[in-house]
Amino acid sequence: MNTSPSLSELSSGLKSATIKLDPGATAGECVVKVGGDWRLSERVPSWNSVFGSHAAASVRVVPDDLGKWDTSLLLFLVHGRAWCLESKHDFNVESLPDNLQTLLRQVAKVDALEPAVKPAAQSKLALAQALAKKWAGLAKENTSFIGECTLGLISIIKNPRRFRWMDCVVEMQHCWSSSLPIVSLVSFLVGVILAFQAAIQLQQYGAAVFVADLVGLSVVREMGPMMAAVIMAGGIGAAFAAQLGNMKVDEEIDALETLGLSTVNFLALPRLLAITLMMPILALYANVLGILGGMFVSATMLNIPATAYWIETQNRVGFSDVTSGLVKSVFFGLFIGLAGCLRGMKCERSAAGVGEATTSAVVTGILLIVIGDAVFALIFNVLGI
Amino acid sequence: MKDNFSTSVIEVKNLTCGYADKVILQDVSFAVHAREMLFVIGGSGCGKSTLLRCLIGLLKPFQGDITYFGKSFIAADAAQRREILKTFGVLYQNNALWSSMTLAENISLPLEEHTSLSPADREEIIMIKLAEVDLAGSEELYPSELSGGMKKRAALARALALDPAIVFFDEPSTGLDPITSREMDRLILQVRDTLGTTMVIVSHQLSSIFRLADRVIMLDRDAKGIIAEGTPAELAATSTDPRVHDFLNQDEDIPKRTEKPANANHP
Repeated sequence: MNTSPSLSELSSGLKSATIKLDPGATAGECVVKVGGDWRLSERVPSWNSVFGSHAAASVRVVPDDLGKWDTSLLLFLVHGRAWCLESKHDFNVESLPDNLQTLLRQVAKVDALEPAVKPAAQSKLALAQALAKKWAGLAKENTSFIGECTLGLISIIKNPRRFRWMDCVVEMQHCWSSSLPIVSLVSFLVGVILAFQAAIQLQQYGAAVFVADLVGLSVVREMGPMMAAVIMAGGIGAAFAAQLGNMKVDEEIDALETLGLSTVNFLALPRLLAITLMMPILALYANVLGILGGMFVSATMLNIPATAYWIETQNRVGFSDVTSGLVKSVFFGLFIGLAGCLRGMKCERSAAGVGEATTSAVVTGILLIVIGDAVFALIFNVLGI
Repeated sequence: MKDNFSTSVIEVKNLTCGYADKVILQDVSFAVHAREMLFVIGGSGCGKSTLLRCLIGLLKPFQGDITYFGKSFIAADAAQRREILKTFGVLYQNNALWSSMTLAENISLPLEEHTSLSPADREEIIMIKLAEVDLAGSEELYPSELSGGMKKRAALARALALDPAIVFFDEPSTGLDPITSREMDRLILQVRDTLGTTMVIVSHQLSSIFRLADRVIMLDRDAKGIIAEGTPAELAATSTDPRVHDFLNQDEDIPKRTEKPANANHP
């Protein structure tokens, strides 16, 4: 009869595990009778508590109405064998079921193996060397990637028809459409926040109208390009790294290489060009939204009419202020694109590798943006812009 | 047909390769003859894939040379390298179809890059290539819309796009069910017979090895090189090396199952 067991039968009607000690027929031998059902979900009896200080020359384990058993019985026997080995007793399991003996022999094989050798702790010098080597490798990787991109750019200028313009346009569209709503919101709110902070101070001197100057200058010179770039680093830079990393894992990049295609020209440059061209446009958009944010606060809280606010902004914020911000944003775009594409293309061939590449792309991108911004601040200061 | 095997299309001389500081293969030499179906076999970690990555130029060997049609692949400059790359196609283990492109675009890209065919001609070639692998009419599908076997065949169509003299296969039947796997073997044979392509196949699928291989070379992890070479039947029957014998006669040491285990522990 073919009856398949039901789930409840699996656990119902189990007898609890029993262990009986029997001095045995021959002198100096102790018979351990194991019986009942052995389940890992129950408490596993420990050998020591059962056997304690029992004195016997040899130990024989025999089944005594043994029901179902699992690893718990095996564990009990392994402990027993170890105990016998240590106290130089014989350990006899020959009357146990064959499959149980087979399992026990498997475990014995593991015991016979040498314990896995842990690598010796590295000295500080070796650690430093490894670190230096890693950094040198990273520096070489970055430099050669930038070099390849430059060469690729030159080849495009020489032969523009070989460039994949369609890919570039698709990426530009993607940059624009996916980040527009969030850039709008964040820039507007940055304008609002700046206006609030400025208003608290400036109102004390009755100079509330200068809120327009402060918001206008900080947004156009710093906050607009910066916030747009940070958002793009988190969105587009990460997307680049994830896309390219995934292509690497799936051997798609290998397939391009064995076709004799330059992966930099084919994959990196369209993305790089797209984000570098889109960044200043997004920054300009962020500037407008930031100024609108300031205007909104002034009009609603400070009783400065929008027209007055606008005229004040126009008087203070010059062409050079706007262009200095936009010039920076071109470089921010380049940084984000480079970080995203490089990290993606050098990604390790695993799912974790893609994750790491993405994180690294965002972190590197934002780091480069902030460092770049500081450098530009210095340069503009020296040039008096 | 066997007479044509005398001319070698690929020659590997004293190749040593590996990753970082670790040498995987040491001083390996062999040749692949025209129209031959050569299998590279061996257990996991023996360096099959490493050898393949060297052959197709994804890994730079530490030492040694690889020549295609008598021209060195290792010492080639960019233009020569491009010429050599045109002579072979690769079917990757994960298929490596470009996921953002349709099948037609996947096959079209090698043609766009390496030929000056008109768009209309390209379209017709794409149709022919897809028909050759029984995928006619799937031009506008994306790789993600295909089943495992179809992806494999599409990847084969792309590997064949430029009518290469040599095709490399990395584990062509991995992840396929027995029937699809047999179908793939049939397709590989058909391509070889109709197009006269030389094929180098990395595999550990015994059934495919015995069905297809003209010759096998077996690699070993500890030997870091070739431990056996010959036809599979010959090696299985006569090799005295236990590593070779065990690999090719895999079923021997496991007893045939006759009944359910006697002391069934669980109900």
